[in-house]
Amino acid sequence: MRTAFINQLTEVAKTNEKIFLLVGDLGFSVIEPFAEQFPDRYLNVGIAEQNMAGIAAGLAMEGYCVYIYSIGNFPTLRCMEQIRYDICYHNLNVKVVAVGGGYAYGSLGASHHATEEIGMLRTIPNLIVSAPGDPEEAKAITTFCSNHIGPCYIRLGKAGEPIVHSKTIKLAIGEIIPIETDYPVAVFSTGSMLKYVVDFIKNNNIDASVYSFPFVKPIDKGALLTMIKKHKKIITIEEHQAQAGFGSAILEAANDLYSNGQINKFPLIKRIAIPDQFYSVAGSQQYLREMAGIKLEISDF
Amino acid sequence: MNKSYETKNLAKEIRKWSLQMVYNAKASHIGGALSMVDILAVLYNDILNIDPSNSKNPQRDRFLLSKGHACTGLYATLALKGFFPIENLTTYAQDGSIFLSHTNHHIPGIEISAGSLGHALPVSCGLALAAKRKKADWKTYCLVSDGELDEGSNWEAILFAPQHKLDNLILIVDYNKIQSLGTVKEVIDLHPLKEKLEAFRWEVYEVNGHDHQVLKSTFEKARDLNGKPKVIIANTIKGKGISFMEDKLLWHYKSPSEAQYNEAINELNIQ
Repeated sequence: MRTAFINQLTEVAKTNEKIFLLVGDLGFSVIEPFAEQFPDRYLNVGIAEQNMAGIAAGLAMEGYCVYIYSIGNFPTLRCMEQIRYDICYHNLNVKVVAVGGGYAYGSLGASHHATEEIGMLRTIPNLIVSAPGDPEEAKAITTFCSNHIGPCYIRLGKAGEPIVHSKTIKLAIGEIIPIETDYPVAVFSTGSMLKYVVDFIKNNNIDASVYSFPFVKPIDKGALLTMIKKHKKIITIEEHQAQAGFGSAILEAANDLYSNGQINKFPLIKRIAIPDQFYSVAGSQQYLREMAGIKLEISDF
Repeated sequence: MNKSYETKNLAKEIRKWSLQMVYNAKASHIGGALSMVDILAVLYNDILNIDPSNSKNPQRDRFLLSKGHACTGLYATLALKGFFPIENLTTYAQDGSIFLSHTNHHIPGIEISAGSLGHALPVSCGLALAAKRKKADWKTYCLVSDGELDEGSNWEAILFAPQHKLDNLILIVDYNKIQSLGTVKEVIDLHPLKEKLEAFRWEVYEVNGHDHQVLKSTFEKARDLNGKPKVIIANTIKGKGISFMEDKLLWHYKSPSEAQYNEAINELNIQ
């Protein structure tokens, strides 16, 4: 996903001369294509994320479309107040990119597990929060963010994620991507859970609808309303804490639709997410997902 | 329409309006506003390339006040320089006013909202970097308090600026030696500040932050020196200009009573 991101950013930067990339001394064997082609619009600011976010705000004030790039919690939690106040309060054209969403850096431990940042970021006004599901979505989100004037967050996986979407996609703000729509039980997936969901359904010969949510905020309310009306059960799945995450966003939206009278029955929604707990053992991404209970059960369908 | 003030009179008027705002709103932070008044008066009268009728001119110099709690001083300066009508200041801290008790970027002439400390210097580095990359001539000036140098983010920026030879960046430290709950020496001593900043590869000037002539010539020197970022340590007095407020911790938070307000204005009028 990070390769898809940097390749797409490099492509976009060929025609969009406002693109500027700041990195926090991370991105070895990732960011080089951009750095080599656009040295005037690239800078490694060092291991100083608060400063990086502030510098991004300053560059954006002068018209640049600034991407800041680092691992998981570093360009997000570490500089949360700069994101809120310098970037989002001033509504500046800065894109925060975190590589290693969820347990992608499994064995590196809790410091490198980005499992709360969506919850924190989705409360901030003006900020678009995205978590692409595969390299194609990562490309589409990168294009979207480069065209959108205003702050965005992009949660990437790592490298080597398989492609789910066989075709190039284009995304409008808040768009939900339908993959299967004909069955009563629907799985709503965000971020890099998508491949797992698609494989689980296929390998177990399950009849289920699947939707990918590359945006956690905003979510296309009209499309969501149609989906909630159509499906008898919804399962949300995410590699993030259950509190304030993607499932929470769906619950809140469903509740608003119900209390507004747009639906007359509250939908059955099961959330699959990380419980209120840390894990202090080494493990692959897959191992940690299972330990945290981020898995579908055949009995869910 | 706008009066043009000699720097000395501009400083006096800024002090009067700052006091009036703080008094009317029963607000805090008059001490730190008064300590930086002379710096603002010199900058806005003699140094900054700015046009009040075109506050977003791309070629303007950028001035960022990091100690946003001292906003009354900046609001008064901008009004007196003609960025907006002076009457607007009477809405300070009133319901619905854009004149918040911390700087607000929705006000003409204000580059950045600041209230949380340690934010404006990293942003100033971004501005200075943008000017470098665009080969633009304008300068970025950033004024920080001494207390806010406790913030690590400032030191990230202080490391960054010389690394990238941001000689279009001029930092000013309003070194009034008093922070929120005590003196700087008692809380987190910055001494020796000049040597620290020199060791961080900045060109450092240490001046009397109330001497207009010295401030002006130092700003001119700093502006014109190439090769590295510049910092002016302005030794100031908290509450400067009002004898009973000078160098008193009390006036970081306290708002003047009616009698104190009248006494302060009288004192300014005879200066």
